[in-house]
Amino acid sequence: MTDPLIPRDRAVHPVSCDPGYKTSVARSPKWPLLSLGSTVTEETGPVFGHGVIGPLDNNLILNFSRGAAPAMGERIRMHGRVLDENARPVPHTLIEIWQANAGGRYRHVKDSYFAPLDPNFGGCGRTLTDAEGRYEFLTIRPGAYPWPNRGNDWRPMHIHVSVFGSGFGQRLITQMYFEGDPLIARCPIVATIKDRAQIDRLVAPLDMAGARPMDYLAYKFDIVLRGRRQTMFENRPEGT
Amino acid sequence: MVQELKTLQETPSQTAGPYVHIGCIPSFAGIDGVYPEDLGKRAIEDGAKGQVITITGSVHDGTGWALRDAMLESWQADAAGIYPGQDGADPKVTGFCRFAADMDTGEYTLRTVKPGRAGGQAPHIALWIAARGINIGLQTRIYFDDEDNSGDPVLSRIEQAPRRETLIAKTTGDGAYRFDIRLQGDGETVFLDM
Repeated sequence: MTDPLIPRDRAVHPVSCDPGYKTSVARSPKWPLLSLGSTVTEETGPVFGHGVIGPLDNNLILNFSRGAAPAMGERIRMHGRVLDENARPVPHTLIEIWQANAGGRYRHVKDSYFAPLDPNFGGCGRTLTDAEGRYEFLTIRPGAYPWPNRGNDWRPMHIHVSVFGSGFGQRLITQMYFEGDPLIARCPIVATIKDRAQIDRLVAPLDMAGARPMDYLAYKFDIVLRGRRQTMFENRPEGT
Repeated sequence: MVQELKTLQETPSQTAGPYVHIGCIPSFAGIDGVYPEDLGKRAIEDGAKGQVITITGSVHDGTGWALRDAMLESWQADAAGIYPGQDGADPKVTGFCRFAADMDTGEYTLRTVKPGRAGGQAPHIALWIAARGINIGLQTRIYFDDEDNSGDPVLSRIEQAPRRETLIAKTTGDGAYRFDIRLQGDGETVFLDM
């Protein structure tokens, strides 16, 4: 697939420099981005087959212990679809997630928060969307946790989400939040998105129809990637 | 009123945060065994055609400090300028690699083959940078100082000629290049919106 990508609408995205999120101040470019039409470089991208996905990869409750013992915490199913801006499913694309454990602690050499590690929780998972763009993970609800920013900042419960799409120019990393979490409105990272309606799109609703009685709750999180321009009237110079 | 458009808006980005490695390069975070190996561990397999090169560099913030928590991804064509997945592509070139800034030094290293010219463009490697404090992944490109970069459609669109240099890796030895990224400040790298 090498149809041109639709130019990114930067207004839906966070601002790059936001004093409320202190680390962004020194890490944001001051000069404008150079906007150009996509080329074959952005229109193609890596393809990952089922060969790289293991049977427990999308089950964070069991994948760290290789099925030996379940992780601690409130069991949840995270599911949804990956679509593009033309509302078409994005099939067979890789989704990776990572998150803190139920106490708000990451299994990472750089996380020193004193909430304990769960010996049965790693915090990473991955899966491929099916032919209709659907995906699902089984995991535990991550805890909120404090982080060094302003005097008393806490991250709302969240799951980091990385998606590829079919072209490298569609690459996206975002975060899923949980309906009803009062910390969402206080989070300076959430607040880097200036449009309230766009923030709402990162908040997954409780989905009782997707839950399993006596087992897990469900949260639905649909993801939209950049689309491709579809027209018979392409005026591209030969060879680009 | 007008007819309804059935199009959607892209999902907003959020920072990858300091623990991006857990999800993308778990072994770097100290998580081994969930996956047999990290995704994108290498851009090439043994036997890839072309010149094997290494590119070393670091990602600097506006104060000049090298980030210790950046995660980078690269995507490129094979030595003939064909992207993986396209007809005739070198099966030993995956074209995709993930690598992290070292936690102590901030240095990264990418080992790959020198890409060929693709679609009228000078040889280049696309880079995507994610880190704490970067609210939407930054796109840029690595070109090479020992290639003919004249007429490249991206480089030639950079109005201020000195800024083109920020996208050109410098030869430091046989098959070795240096490519430093400056997020802000003097010599700020040109970032792309493509």
